[in-house]
Amino acid sequence: MSDRISLEVVAKVARLARLELDEVELMAATEQLGDMLDHFADIDSLDLGDVEPMTQPVELVNVMRDDVELPTLDRDEVLAAAPDAVDGRFGVPPILGAEA
Amino acid sequence: MTDTIRSIAAAVRSGERLAVAAVQEHLDRIAAREPEINAFNLVLAEDALERAASIDAEVAAGRDPGPLAGVPIALKDNMCTRGVPTTCSSKMLEGWRPPYDATVVERLSAAGAVIVGKTNLDEFAMGSSTENSAFGPTRNPRDTSRVPGGSSGGSAAAVAAGFAAGSLGSDTGGSIRQPAALCGVVGVKPTYGTVSRMGLVAFASSLDQIGPFTHDVADAALLLESIAGFDPGDSTSIPEPFHALSPALGRGVSGLRIGRIADLPAGADPDVQARVEEAFEVLAAAGAEIVDVSIPAFHYGLTAYYLIAPAEASSNLARYDGVRYGLRVSAADTNAMYSATRSAGFGPEVKRRIMLGTYALSAGYYDAYYGKALKVRRLMAQDFAAAYANVDALITPASPSVAFPLDSKTNDPMAMYLCDTYTIPSNLTGDPAMSVPFGSGADDLPVGVQVLAPALGEPTMFAVAAELERAAGGAR
Repeated sequence: MSDRISLEVVAKVARLARLELDEVELMAATEQLGDMLDHFADIDSLDLGDVEPMTQPVELVNVMRDDVELPTLDRDEVLAAAPDAVDGRFGVPPILGAEA
Repeated sequence: MTDTIRSIAAAVRSGERLAVAAVQEHLDRIAAREPEINAFNLVLAEDALERAASIDAEVAAGRDPGPLAGVPIALKDNMCTRGVPTTCSSKMLEGWRPPYDATVVERLSAAGAVIVGKTNLDEFAMGSSTENSAFGPTRNPRDTSRVPGGSSGGSAAAVAAGFAAGSLGSDTGGSIRQPAALCGVVGVKPTYGTVSRMGLVAFASSLDQIGPFTHDVADAALLLESIAGFDPGDSTSIPEPFHALSPALGRGVSGLRIGRIADLPAGADPDVQARVEEAFEVLAAAGAEIVDVSIPAFHYGLTAYYLIAPAEASSNLARYDGVRYGLRVSAADTNAMYSATRSAGFGPEVKRRIMLGTYALSAGYYDAYYGKALKVRRLMAQDFAAAYANVDALITPASPSVAFPLDSKTNDPMAMYLCDTYTIPSNLTGDPAMSVPFGSGADDLPVGVQVLAPALGEPTMFAVAAELERAAGGAR
């Protein structure tokens, strides 16, 4: 964790996150992420080998309900809020396009 | 002095005062001062007056509208309101009208409350100053050259300015308690699972919790009682009834053991630290025993939080892709459309956190960052549990400083993150905590003392907060 995060890694992370950053934004992000990760290195000194990870505060598991039909959102109302709707469905540009 | 929730509801229920008059009084204050404060993304003046008139009609017909009858309440603009714009202070959701009400909105309505508006926040609740809003910053009503704190800065400012008798915020790492401290109002983050998040736009799902802002502790108890309790719509909701808080308010602190965290991270300003010391003195004089405890993991809370919260955010915010709601920036294919939309719709801090979270979860770094952070979170829970074996509650500063000037931290993300040092641990553990106004610090600005308690320890927490409030002369 000691190596400073590189511009190439930050550019890859941006692609994974579906964010387009220009050169200036990319350099700023590299600097800021580097500073944060430097700060976060404080936990490297902890002995965490036998510690069980904790993902949430309430140890509820498999919250189930009876399998009965409940009211759902109105389709037309939901589609009315969508950027594009076609024949009762969400409309999107081609999935197989230039970048596919 | 503005009216408390209790006094408004009592007067409206008894027919002594019209809800319309109570609401109009708050709308008048909004009209006078909102241009300067910018607490709201949307003021619902007409809706509120119409709703107030229907409350008055109920009273006239001999029916009881409920414990919040006619009380003007403001909602953080990350809580869904059916047919009413809900923006999260982001261009991504500008103009979006949710097709349903959040559970808290339904509960407020059932209790007779009147929603007066949707309040400003740091975009998607990410920030500690409400300066990360796409619609401009909110200013602190106590000193308009300063921030109100964040991310629920609009909700804190709305109560402090008398725009609403109470408001709701969400707290992921301190976003209720820190602005409450900076604006001089009461702010509560309840135990994780006590208030339904159904209809709260998700930031970090294992940390987010809704809670109240009010003028005083008794109002906070009443407002929290009105929104808490099991909701099958939220799978993390605790399947038990919420305990009544109002009986605890007069209990006092006699016989309680209250912890001072001996190894609390340094960083609180001397003026804030002095008020916290006074709080211990007040509680000791009122019959509490002050006990030193150790919470070594406290020191590592910031790191654990700023890895876990962005990791969860990067996943939660993947839904903003221009397909189902909100902004779409057109492009030749869907992949290009996703990227164009997200790049145009999210502000710099949201992008920063999505990047950090994506990195912490990515192959090769998961174990080093996210995995380690989850283990530190376990240590935090264990350390707090050990402390609570010896004490009933803990006292710390809520914020390391009083309200700071606008633009003083906007170019230094790490400096902004340090604002959350004392509030973060309660989100990691899920335990309740609240900020109660306790005197002033530098430049006569309010200081908030934080009271922390173990999970479902709200009655004790409110008893301690009420005692501090009595000593500070804050009860109405």
